[in-house]
Amino acid sequence: MERTISFRLNGKPTSVKTDGQRMLLWVLRSDLGLTGTKFGCGEGLCGACTVIVGHEAVRSCVTPVQAVDGKQVLTIEGIGQNGLHAVQQAFLNHHAFQCGYCTAGMIVSAYALLLRTPHPTREQIVSHMDDHLCRCGAHGRIVEAIQEAAGARTGGAA
Amino acid sequence: MTPPVIARGDLAMGEPVTGELATGDLKRRDFFAIAGAGLFVFFRSSPAEAQEPARLPTRQSGPTDLNAYLKIGADGRVACMAGKVELGQGVMTELALVLAEELDVAFDSIDVLVGDTDLCPYDMGTFGSMTTPLLIPSVRHAGAEARAVLVQMAAEKLGAPAERLQVKSGVISDPGQPGATVTYAQLVEGKRIERHLAGVAVKPASRLQMFGKPARRKDALDKVTGQAKYAGDMLFPGLLHAAILRPPAHGAKLKSADTSAAEKVAGVQVIKDSGMIAVLHSRPDIAREALAAVKAEFENPPSGPDDATIFDHIRKTAPQPRVVGQTGDLAEGERLSTGGIVENTYLNSYVAHASIETHSATARFEDGKITVWASSQAPFQVKNAVMNALGLPADKVRIVSRYVGGGFGGKTEADQGVEAARLAKIAGQPVQVVYNRQEEFFYDRFRPAAVMKIRAGVAAGKIVLWDGQVWGAGEREALPFYDIPHRRTASVGGWMGANPPGMNPFNVGAWRAPSVNSNTFARESHVDALAAKAGIDPLEFRLNNLSNPRIRRVLEIVAKQFGWKPGRAPSGRGVGIACGVYSNACNAAIAEVTVDRATGAVRVKRIMMALDVGLVVNPDGIRQQAEGSVMMGLGYALTEEVKFRNGEVLVRNFDSYPLPRFSWLPQVEIVLVDAGEAASLGGGEPPIITMGAVLANAIYDAVGARLLQLPMTPERVKAALAKA
Repeated sequence: MERTISFRLNGKPTSVKTDGQRMLLWVLRSDLGLTGTKFGCGEGLCGACTVIVGHEAVRSCVTPVQAVDGKQVLTIEGIGQNGLHAVQQAFLNHHAFQCGYCTAGMIVSAYALLLRTPHPTREQIVSHMDDHLCRCGAHGRIVEAIQEAAGARTGGAA
Repeated sequence: MTPPVIARGDLAMGEPVTGELATGDLKRRDFFAIAGAGLFVFFRSSPAEAQEPARLPTRQSGPTDLNAYLKIGADGRVACMAGKVELGQGVMTELALVLAEELDVAFDSIDVLVGDTDLCPYDMGTFGSMTTPLLIPSVRHAGAEARAVLVQMAAEKLGAPAERLQVKSGVISDPGQPGATVTYAQLVEGKRIERHLAGVAVKPASRLQMFGKPARRKDALDKVTGQAKYAGDMLFPGLLHAAILRPPAHGAKLKSADTSAAEKVAGVQVIKDSGMIAVLHSRPDIAREALAAVKAEFENPPSGPDDATIFDHIRKTAPQPRVVGQTGDLAEGERLSTGGIVENTYLNSYVAHASIETHSATARFEDGKITVWASSQAPFQVKNAVMNALGLPADKVRIVSRYVGGGFGGKTEADQGVEAARLAKIAGQPVQVVYNRQEEFFYDRFRPAAVMKIRAGVAAGKIVLWDGQVWGAGEREALPFYDIPHRRTASVGGWMGANPPGMNPFNVGAWRAPSVNSNTFARESHVDALAAKAGIDPLEFRLNNLSNPRIRRVLEIVAKQFGWKPGRAPSGRGVGIACGVYSNACNAAIAEVTVDRATGAVRVKRIMMALDVGLVVNPDGIRQQAEGSVMMGLGYALTEEVKFRNGEVLVRNFDSYPLPRFSWLPQVEIVLVDAGEAASLGGGEPPIITMGAVLANAIYDAVGARLLQLPMTPERVKAALAKA
């Protein structure tokens, strides 16, 4: 059933008129043209489609768009709109990616982790990121990048 | 003045297409301004590769015998165009680094364009770790040539001998005349100079300044900001997303399809064309949903092998293995094997490429010309396929594979590009095809399942007999590099498609270091078994039987760095060693593992790897490849296995095909061996080849159980423990 769903997307008020059962991923990519959020598995198994709703990282491929009605949604396009965010800078410094396809989901998820846990231990980082898949095998560098970003954030806001 | 037109090739630029090429370091105007002033150097990667296109039905786009070119523009920027594809392996960065070095210009002043059949000259494809050994030497020479031409021009302009001039960051100066300088940009302004490679010497190793130093990846900013555009990110007005009806199993035939329910979905268009049934909609999820409403009946294929019976099936269907190498006399080897004989049969399952980006393509006609953005490792091959499928001439087809979300050999073919092109032609609108994960697994050209049977004997610490037979893997590195007086190796089948019909129940293909993962697993496991039989430390045993100095060196280096303590296996420490060769690059690795005897679970604590890949252009690039290979290798060694039955691929998503995860991450140390000025070799594949054997050998050292089948799942570890 078509309805109007309104939310703040990367800080901007956004409305879509669509079937509320449709998954957020497709609305972002196809209706709204934000292609930084990627499709990888369609079942919430790989993390390539991760976005932040409120303060939580969610899998947009299994999140009905009606679930974000009235909420704040942050995608990779919204992170670092005014210069690179510390997480992005750290991914860049460490070359914490290869093909780059899972990278947006990784960065968004790391961003969410640091919102909740500004100074995570290495174990907390590994545990938080464990359901994100990277086929190129950049795992070690991603962990190091998140550690660096957490350090860079000491005493400062995002 | 009007510059002359480029004589060679037909660099059909066409109109810039909205929405692409807009990101990254590349400035589109540089390439569309190619008819303007500048210094152009055309070159090819190697005589062998340049001949390849002549054998293909069509070739086009660019100089006819050259597959890369370099332009130094009047704006001072350097553009390099090569038909390679950026799969994540860092080709853009490596090309830029090499040019910055040889031209003496700033790394940031270089724009690299890859993977566009209109703008880049022909390239066979990005696979086989060939970029570094074949293309990079030519790029170096092209850079050296361009620098020599510019220095000569500067000598005339400044009235100074060329030998006296110095170049830094694209500025040529004469130390003999203070203040006398001229830039590359000034030299080429208003001129059009074309050169072919004429054998100008590259810098000697002693003068290399940028090689071996950290360089920022050219694709970094695009990728950390989400701006990198992949084939499925191309959006156009009127774009339709296609969901295509697929059979439930390989070999299943469509009996009937009722599309009436799908056609009732608002906005849906159903296309039936030569056996293809596609449901199109402006929203990809709605197209998928409508496809689910198609009632299709298929005729099941005849029963076939499954993942348990496949190994017998392969041996039954394959012809007799062909001898690929033989020395001495096997009967004599048998007689000499006084220290004992070991015979084992090693198996590896089919494994999937499982790139996180599935096969994707967007096709769009404009003024009778089609552009297909395709996730492909071989855009020029996709071009041929699209030309053939649509009956279009070369100048009416352009393929763009700018950023590709992982390949590993699995995107050498790109059927989805043809599907999108066919549908775009029929629909009269742009069409996007993005495989879902199930399609990705179903249509993957898997690494072949393989059987490797080895019978070998020892005497007084020496291997004296080796009789190896390989089914299905391919023969690369099946011949052992150890010094063995009496040996024979035979092989049949492989990943290249020359298998007898029915041997593999689906397509197989190149999977990162094709054939060599399987053969290295078998050889290095078997050498370890022989060392155990002989009661000798596995490192010492290898060195006793190996005269190849480069392999000895990586073994010695990795052992020293690791702190290898000699001992007979199984020592209970859980350390294993293995070595191997891929396309002349050498790899030696040591692993440390723990094995839970109750559950069979293997935990990899540490991997140390020494690599000899010749002169290293970009050490961080090689390290990224090696670290990635370690992680990817954990998968094929421990968990990855394509389950199937009667043509049905039972692996449908990542929950039934476990990929390596963050929590598996061992301590990884990569040692790059100083190879002096030895030719640079590719680094994308060599690091992964030892991962099966090094873990099998470490497991044996931990618990005394020899694992003969990959992946070494907990069940197989427990079964081996029960037999040990």
